[in-house]
Amino acid sequence: MRFFLALSAALTLSLSGCGDGRRAETKRTQPQAASQQPTHGDTVVEGSIGDATTLIPMLASDSASHSISGLIFNGLVKYDKDVRLTGDLAESWEVGQGGLQITFKLRRGVKWQDGSPFTARDVLFGFQTITDPKTPTAYAEDFRQVKKAEAIDDYTFRVTYEKPFAPALTSWGNLVVLPKHLLEGKDIAKSELGRNPVGTGPYRFREWISRDRVILEANPDYFEGRPYLDRYVIRVIPDLATMFLELKAGGLDLMGLTPIQYKRQTDDRFFQESYRKYRYLANAYTYLGYNLLEPKFRDKRVRQALSYAIDKEEIIKVVLLGLGVPATGPYKPGLWFYNPDVKKYPFDPAKAIALLKEAGWEDRDGDGILDKDGMPFEFTVVTNEGNPVRQRTAVVIQERLKKIGIRMKIRVIEWSAFINEFIDKKDFEATILGWTTGFEPDPYDIWHSSKTGKKELNFISFKNGEVDELLEKGRRTFDQEKRKEIYFRLQEILAEEQPYTFLYVPEALPIVHSRVYGIEPSPLGISYNFYRWYVPQGLQRYDRLALAP
Amino acid sequence: MASYLIRRILTLIPLFFGITLISFVVVHLAPGSPIDVLADLNPKMTAEAKQRLISYYGLDKPLHERYFQWLRRFVSLDFGVSFSPDRRPVIEKIRETLPITIIINALSLLLILLVAIPIGAYSASHPYSTFDKSLTLFVYVGFAIPTFWLALLALILFSVQLEWLPISGLKSLDYARLSLPGRMWDVTSHLILPVLLSAFGGLAGLSRYMRGSMLEVMRQEYITAARSKGLSEREVVYKHALRNALLPVVTVLGLSVPGLIGGSVIFEQIFAIPGMGRLFYSGVMSRDYPLVMGVLAIGAFLTLLGNLLADISYALVDPRIRRGGRG
Repeated sequence: MRFFLALSAALTLSLSGCGDGRRAETKRTQPQAASQQPTHGDTVVEGSIGDATTLIPMLASDSASHSISGLIFNGLVKYDKDVRLTGDLAESWEVGQGGLQITFKLRRGVKWQDGSPFTARDVLFGFQTITDPKTPTAYAEDFRQVKKAEAIDDYTFRVTYEKPFAPALTSWGNLVVLPKHLLEGKDIAKSELGRNPVGTGPYRFREWISRDRVILEANPDYFEGRPYLDRYVIRVIPDLATMFLELKAGGLDLMGLTPIQYKRQTDDRFFQESYRKYRYLANAYTYLGYNLLEPKFRDKRVRQALSYAIDKEEIIKVVLLGLGVPATGPYKPGLWFYNPDVKKYPFDPAKAIALLKEAGWEDRDGDGILDKDGMPFEFTVVTNEGNPVRQRTAVVIQERLKKIGIRMKIRVIEWSAFINEFIDKKDFEATILGWTTGFEPDPYDIWHSSKTGKKELNFISFKNGEVDELLEKGRRTFDQEKRKEIYFRLQEILAEEQPYTFLYVPEALPIVHSRVYGIEPSPLGISYNFYRWYVPQGLQRYDRLALAP
Repeated sequence: MASYLIRRILTLIPLFFGITLISFVVVHLAPGSPIDVLADLNPKMTAEAKQRLISYYGLDKPLHERYFQWLRRFVSLDFGVSFSPDRRPVIEKIRETLPITIIINALSLLLILLVAIPIGAYSASHPYSTFDKSLTLFVYVGFAIPTFWLALLALILFSVQLEWLPISGLKSLDYARLSLPGRMWDVTSHLILPVLLSAFGGLAGLSRYMRGSMLEVMRQEYITAARSKGLSEREVVYKHALRNALLPVVTVLGLSVPGLIGGSVIFEQIFAIPGMGRLFYSGVMSRDYPLVMGVLAIGAFLTLLGNLLADISYALVDPRIRRGGRG
């Protein structure tokens, strides 16, 4: 879970690729290619606003690095089309000792791209590296819960946990498997591997021109079969307008659109013939969070009233041009742990005014602003610079609250100062921010009362005994049905308490050149099966030679 | 002349280190730190893990200690290692990007000179004529139009509609397959719009300077003398007046180096050119201190060099300065 800075960030091709495939654009479905057999060849060129930083997954923190290294490296497990965990480098696994122990049976015959065999020792080495205090990684935490890790034999890897830890299994994705024979005894942060990676994945590294492009080519020995597309090129174009022009000129095959590009700029004949658009719910939500240390936000009725006073549909219509859905809690709709039946807050200003009156807020002095004990109802919302969607959301909310007599001010602050001076120090009244979410429901760090310290993520200081219990139970429970019950209840409480007004879940809006076939949208997004994409013979555009450096 | 030079260079050295000191302090005073991108609001990041990263990057040491550490390395021309996850030497990153930025800036500066000097000279010799007024209008339009907007319009016209020029980057995807002339044209065609547009924005300043300086010179007595000798107006203007009028322009040129480097950020961003401006910008955004300091040091060096060269050429063309130096 991480903040999302811009809706229009590059698509991620990694394990955590996002989306709800059922909402994929159906207006113009892909022509049935009965005669089109998947064939090898051609290249897909993707646009990215940022360059990769390193191609070792555990060291990277940006989406470009993860989307490229996600094609080069594999994990032990991955999500399948329906967001169920399935084997990747692991053939199967067993959870034993009441959830304390996981034993992975690894695939045999898998080779690193330099020809060396892949074994359990590589997994153990990766585990030792990610938990090594000298490795500058942001992902060590899940692996620190492991008491013991051992390579039983070449194809059996076993981990033992201190306490049962339900998110454990998902953590064995592609962050942690490293080629031991290339890294042993070296400082991983300064090793060649970050610029010249060797993995086990469908694509292998070919060339990286800094700040310009990265070129990958098909791995002919990939254990799930050679990918169809010969090459994958990611071009760095930092300006979104330029990137869009490059798409228009045919220089790109794949990019993420902004809502305005999706709605207004890609509907002419040229785009209809040359490209296909997709839309699916992103793994993220935006919220208005109340600092619960503020006296006026301590009253649940006030928070509920604000939620009634804000028209979420209007925000989605105005700010996202309709490309999103109202959020009802901390999860996106469509996943197994999403509870669709929680208390909702449809736009109802009359109810908002009534609730506020109940809580003692009324316009007694006739100045148009509600007051209580002589104090007018005023507060300031802080949000970060560089995110116009959030800023526009703030303006729409401001207008709605004004109509029921609440004066809301907006302050937009540069990111670092915003986090360090306002959020970390809890020096704010309310904030508009977003969380990115994943396919694992545990939001312990955001809602547990033990996480309300400075620089911790429960910065709104939400404390609720039952929520604490649920969160603790949730991460110790393996049975999916029981977990579902736990997180359903969590969502009910959050909906009732409204510590945030959950605003919306935006949509990811990728566009892909229409010569590319084999795309099957799923809740994971479109890029999870990239290695099965292909371009039929007659439609191929780049020949192999054309790109040879 | 030699002593003048030596004195100038000696004053530049403390100035340079003063610049690095101030830059270092300002860069570190800005809120945020290099670990933010990993650590900000990341649930997987414990306080302990954060502390480990802080000491990994040496951020737990006091500021003055870090500055002297940086300085010690710097005097032996070691720019340190970037804080970005690739952990590459800063000097390597600068070496990759600096030539591109210098080439684009040199070309656009050359273009500015070639156009601005004739415009300024002509305007001054025909002040307040219709031509002078329309040239003035033209250069001010160039100055006033937001360049990023004009750049996008130019891209839409020349690259999307007419398909004459490529849109972004420096080399096409099939660059490696092209013949040598093909490669040369490929790079040239990628450079045309960035160079033209950055020159367009810079025309106004220099041509106005030129015009002002020229008008000033035209009032001098030696111009009257030249005219009274019976020289043709052409000779008066382009031989006697122009040379003298160029003097202040030389100084302005030397001073325009930092502006050009700053302007590179925008152009490299729009045209996706892998130059030093973008390197610097991303370094600032991720608080990559060694990289930011490296680029600032190079920028300061180039600026001072620009000033020095301006001074030297000034001294070369103006004997009064040389003699003043001796006396």
